[in-house]
Amino acid sequence: MTREEIRAAVLHALGEVAPEADLEALRPDVPFREQLDLDSMDVLNFVIGLDQALKVAIPESDYPRIGTLSGCVAYLEGRLGAGSSFVR
Amino acid sequence: MSEFRMPSLGADMAAGTLLEWLKQPGDKVARGDLIAEVDTDKGVIQVEAFTTGTLERILVEPGQKVPVGTVMALIRDDAVPAPGGASPGAVPAPPSGPPPQRVSPLARRRAQDLGVDLAMIRGTGADGAVTVADVERSGQGGVAPAAAPSVEDSAARMRSAIGAAMARSKREIPHYYLSNTIDLGPAMAWLAEQNQSRPVTDRLVAAAVLLKAVALALRDFPELNAWWVEDRAVRQPSINLGVAVSLRQGGLIAPAIEAVDQLSVQELMRRLTDLVARAKGGALRASELSSGTVTVTSLGDRGVDTVLGVIYPPQVALVGFGRIAERPWVVQGAVLPRPVVTVSLSADHRVTDGHRGALFLDRIDQLLREHGAL
Repeated sequence: MTREEIRAAVLHALGEVAPEADLEALRPDVPFREQLDLDSMDVLNFVIGLDQALKVAIPESDYPRIGTLSGCVAYLEGRLGAGSSFVR
Repeated sequence: MSEFRMPSLGADMAAGTLLEWLKQPGDKVARGDLIAEVDTDKGVIQVEAFTTGTLERILVEPGQKVPVGTVMALIRDDAVPAPGGASPGAVPAPPSGPPPQRVSPLARRRAQDLGVDLAMIRGTGADGAVTVADVERSGQGGVAPAAAPSVEDSAARMRSAIGAAMARSKREIPHYYLSNTIDLGPAMAWLAEQNQSRPVTDRLVAAAVLLKAVALALRDFPELNAWWVEDRAVRQPSINLGVAVSLRQGGLIAPAIEAVDQLSVQELMRRLTDLVARAKGGALRASELSSGTVTVTSLGDRGVDTVLGVIYPPQVALVGFGRIAERPWVVQGAVLPRPVVTVSLSADHRVTDGHRGALFLDRIDQLLREHGAL
């Protein structure tokens, strides 16, 4: 999966929890929570969306690493390219 | 014959607009079935039947705004034969005029988005139902904007309703406020352990644990689980927690989860997820907006430390949670970093005093420290 495809999947999952957001205007290094007013239920739904789209189980301890667009894409790139033991 | 009325979703609601009948005359209805969709100051609400039988007559047309308590339909009890045999002649005559327009919920929302007047559209769907395509064709044809409220109008109406309810609360209820900061270490460790072994779709959030603790504590303080009705407090038999949900388009709504003290944390999480999704998607049920006995609000995700809320009449108590944050905490003589949260109580002094309120908060503290009880 390419970086662009991962980015698209992340934006799609965000769009599901914040449908009113202008996702193209997201600043890549500013936390989603600040830009999109996400609460803990939104974060869980975002993680569920990523899990279903990319088949990657993200442990709670890794939530801080997926808090920004750039961080999230980099984290998922690493997970998806790190070998099948990390991918469901 | 039972009367199906425009429900009251709170003391601040005066009227509602019928959007759509989800059942038609002759359809069987069971208690709890959704039979109508109503637009209120709290958004679009689905209304359940409170009796079982057959929908006999519809008395209010889609688009009509009627006061709370107005009889909108008649439901015949199937155990009782219709008056005069099979003929429903003894019931009031239906309103004159054309038959109700059939419009799918999706088409109705699309019409609102496009500002299209549904009354101007001739439906091409089954039984003449108006479809999304009909609406979009009509929208392209430059039909005059409908009187349907815009998103801004809906938000303004909701703000007005919240303002009315909160002004009444502050005017009539002598609030007192207490708060207690609680060590959530044991509860958060339990939560992390649970979530480590669960698939992502079954994970729990801290709110589910906090709600359960509040519900269990209320068992020991039933005077807080009450409604103020006709100058006296009436204890409620079920602990139904209203969950304050901020809506993305602005505003606030507090639908209830019933009998929270009897639910496992897992089941409570499932219901919470469903309730929040429906609150944000505009698919709440009338009973969920009128059955709350205590409201719980959390602004922790927004970074505040303490929430001192306004009680939602006729309730007599509200519980607030601030953010869960790591703080220095003294444990057995040593200062350690611990996740702590400040829980607050807003309560009605006509019903309880600070002493009982303090004991209630202490009980929540105890339950969260001994989380096995949850």
